[in-house]
Amino acid sequence: MGASTDGGHGHGGHGDAEPGDAAAGPTVISVSKVSPRVRTIAVVRPTEHDVTYLEATRKGLGVTLRHFMKNFFGRRRPAEALARGEVVTAKSFIPWNEIETIQYPEERTHYPERFRGLHRLMQRDDGTVRCVACMCCPTVCPANCITIIPAEIDEHGVEKAPALFEIDELRCVVCGLCVEACPCDAIRMDSGMHAKPVEERGHAIMTREMLLGVSGEAGKDPKSTATQGGEGPAWRE
Amino acid sequence: MKTLYTVLDHPATKWVFIVFALVMPLASLLTWAERRQSAMMQDRLGPNRAAPTFAPWLKLKGILHFVADAIKMISKEDFIPGNVHRGLFTLAPLLAIGPVLVAFAIIPFGPTIYPHALDGTLDPLALAQDPGGKDFLDSIRMQVASFDYGLIFYFAVLTLANYGGTLAGWASYNKWALLGGLRSSSQMMSYEVAMGLSLMGCFLLVGSLEPGYIVTAGASSKLSPSNPLNWLWLWQFPALILFTTASIAETKRAPFDIPEGEPEIIGYFVEYSGLRWGLFFLAEFIEIVFVAAVITTVFFGGWQVPFLDGDGFRFGGYMVETNGQLVSTGGFVLKVPHALVSALQVGAFGLKVILVCWFQLLVRWTLPRFRADQLMNLGWKLLLPLALAWTMVSALFKLAAMYFGWV
Repeated sequence: MGASTDGGHGHGGHGDAEPGDAAAGPTVISVSKVSPRVRTIAVVRPTEHDVTYLEATRKGLGVTLRHFMKNFFGRRRPAEALARGEVVTAKSFIPWNEIETIQYPEERTHYPERFRGLHRLMQRDDGTVRCVACMCCPTVCPANCITIIPAEIDEHGVEKAPALFEIDELRCVVCGLCVEACPCDAIRMDSGMHAKPVEERGHAIMTREMLLGVSGEAGKDPKSTATQGGEGPAWRE
Repeated sequence: MKTLYTVLDHPATKWVFIVFALVMPLASLLTWAERRQSAMMQDRLGPNRAAPTFAPWLKLKGILHFVADAIKMISKEDFIPGNVHRGLFTLAPLLAIGPVLVAFAIIPFGPTIYPHALDGTLDPLALAQDPGGKDFLDSIRMQVASFDYGLIFYFAVLTLANYGGTLAGWASYNKWALLGGLRSSSQMMSYEVAMGLSLMGCFLLVGSLEPGYIVTAGASSKLSPSNPLNWLWLWQFPALILFTTASIAETKRAPFDIPEGEPEIIGYFVEYSGLRWGLFFLAEFIEIVFVAAVITTVFFGGWQVPFLDGDGFRFGGYMVETNGQLVSTGGFVLKVPHALVSALQVGAFGLKVILVCWFQLLVRWTLPRFRADQLMNLGWKLLLPLALAWTMVSALFKLAAMYFGWV
């Protein structure tokens, strides 16, 4: 630390070089006659110019002190402005501080549309689960967190349904591959919710009924726009 | 009443007062202050939500986090790995925290209070001329023990605290903990020399090792000891920088946290959990308070409030020697009752300690960690020679000052 603020360009003028130095390039000592691209250059090594570290310490303390004072005495920017990443102009002589923290449960920021949150299971028009227990998602799941035990049924021409559908949210790595793999839009991760904190590991396992209920909690439509059997527009469009 | 004053003046009473009224609250609050301050320096908010379940609105900017920490540490599993040396494993945290608490005995945290003069204004001139007068029959000295060898006692006792870290590493039956303990002892040895030497100039200038005397005497006998220009920060500024650097290394915190190096290189208390670990943690923060108290006492006039003498605020005036004691007289005096003077001075000591603690936290969250070789170079090749040189300069200055009558 503090070893070198004037740095110099390390090897051949790229990497850690200063922008001005990069244009000038390294100091060339000699050029090979056989191959002009082979050159001997002067390597500027960082020098220990301040063995007492006092100058660097003073500089560093100045930076941290400035931030501390600004954040300690400044006013907090309004939560809405923070959430939108907006720069507001001060109306009084007390400046805004630079704290970007959002008080999470009370203030929420906008999540991107493709944010992968808690899983939810989609329903058909009659309220039954869309999953046909094809076993695509437990197969593709890299964390082996999905457990499906299929059962035979005979409804709407569908022959299979999950007797048991469980996701261990502690093992899930939130990769979203199950959603990609699902052929009938039965599992989605668009709830925008986080996995809930639990006190016992077993409580982190979400059952079929819990996964079906996530839609209600997240305020999302539990029914897919896709039609059964691949007719009509694909749900992703 | 006589008995009451004797009890109040008893070292045990004063020690309990200083530990439970100053050290423990300050050290506990520092655990919160460190996280909040570091957050403020890094554009974050830091912990600000801990509140009791029955009063969720009682957040107090997160101050209660230290209570939550304490409850957590007490209720956590106290795990002792197999193969550890049980006796030393248990002894090590106590060795880390005990010496620091003992060392507080030498710190003067307030002026001498004369209970019979509490209802009026203290007359320093009368006190100097007749210390046995009826107003001064009983006295409560706000310092647990005033040894002539005061600060040497601090160096000696703090050396014992090193055994805490070293033994913790050795007793843990863990190679990384052992290496951490070795790093701890090597660092302590390197910096204790420079730390002791850096204060030599102060001792020479003031002519005493006793912190209480350093506070009441000041550097020069021509100025009142309450004058900030008479405090040693001005006269011994290089010593202040040297001592601050060495003492931060003694507290084993960044940029000198090689012994612990919590996230990257494993430290000596890796096998500790629960309250045993908490003791190491608390000892670190108590050391911060202690270092702040020493810096305050030696360099920033201890409990002195600027321009506040025993009888009130005095501007101008001059020093008179009466019966071997220097008393400031004359000048413009704003009379202040003895009770208020004492309260102001104890408060000033607390405030100065808090400010120095704040500065230590600022340093801790600004500088990155030194490499082991940089650490040793800084200690042996820079601090030690500089401290020696400064001792020589101070000695020559003292000689010249005595010859020409400067101070």
